[in-house]
Amino acid sequence: MPPVPGLPAESPVALTERATESLDFIRSTMERSASFTALPGRGGMAMGLVGLAAARLSWTQATPRAWLVVWVAAAALAAAIGLVAMWLKARAAGMALWSAAGRRFAQAFIPTLAAGAALTLAAAVEGRESHLPGTWLLLYGAAVIAAASASVRVLTAFGAALMTLGIVALAMPSQWGTLCLGIGFGGLHLLFGFIVARKYGG
Amino acid sequence: MAARRAAARAGHHAVVRPLRRAAAARAADLDRLIHDRTRLAIISALAVNEALSFNDLKAATETSDGNLSVHARKLEEAGYLSCSKSFAGRVPRTEFRLAESGRRALQKYLDHMEAIIRNARGKK
Repeated sequence: MPPVPGLPAESPVALTERATESLDFIRSTMERSASFTALPGRGGMAMGLVGLAAARLSWTQATPRAWLVVWVAAAALAAAIGLVAMWLKARAAGMALWSAAGRRFAQAFIPTLAAGAALTLAAAVEGRESHLPGTWLLLYGAAVIAAASASVRVLTAFGAALMTLGIVALAMPSQWGTLCLGIGFGGLHLLFGFIVARKYGG
Repeated sequence: MAARRAAARAGHHAVVRPLRRAAAARAADLDRLIHDRTRLAIISALAVNEALSFNDLKAATETSDGNLSVHARKLEEAGYLSCSKSFAGRVPRTEFRLAESGRRALQKYLDHMEAIIRNARGKK
């Protein structure tokens, strides 16, 4: 019986060890190279509805502070929806949310959002809310593009569209800001949520 | 003394040789094509991704350009993966996908490894 290269056929103990090693090797390679696919398409669409509602509600606010409160509340609600939807999708697929791919996704996504939160706080303290729509869209788009490297490719297009809208929001008069937010956080979330739900199982 | 040692050796061989023969038989059933570490890494990485570009696959398998090319070619020739070449602007792009036969081969390999471990546990 010819020996298999790299596998000592003479010893059953070594064979068992090698089998265990092979399974560990396959598992670690899969973990290292897996994409984060627990991205919630339907959750993204729900976040889009929150974005549209926030745009409608903030449009009629009398003061910049009230406008900001609406958007901060919408962001908190959308984040909660996104997290729960992600957890449900991961659970349905029998995968761990905090897998190697999930950790890579979080590492790419969260820092830019944290920067956005810090800039929002600084703008609120100084009463400079007019540039926030462009800043939010640019940073959220950048976070999505960074996260795309650990997840599905369609996120790159989503992030690029958000960043384009961010540039438009910064270039146009401040009244356009809310409209751009509605299109970005509302319309684009609905559109890309639909695409993710169709292509990546919910 | 020498006779006793020879008898003990003969007894030991009588027990160990059938075990070794069984191990060798199981080993020979292995799919040698994917038993190689680099090729096993390629198949494993593609099993959890719809498609991977050459660079992504190189990063996932932690190997060199030349090594990846050689091993991917072998797997492609066996029909375990498909390779498509295109251009993104002027930049050539090579993309790999796991074929159905490659997925089956990986599943068979996993079953095989699990069976070896199960057998060993059963004998303890």
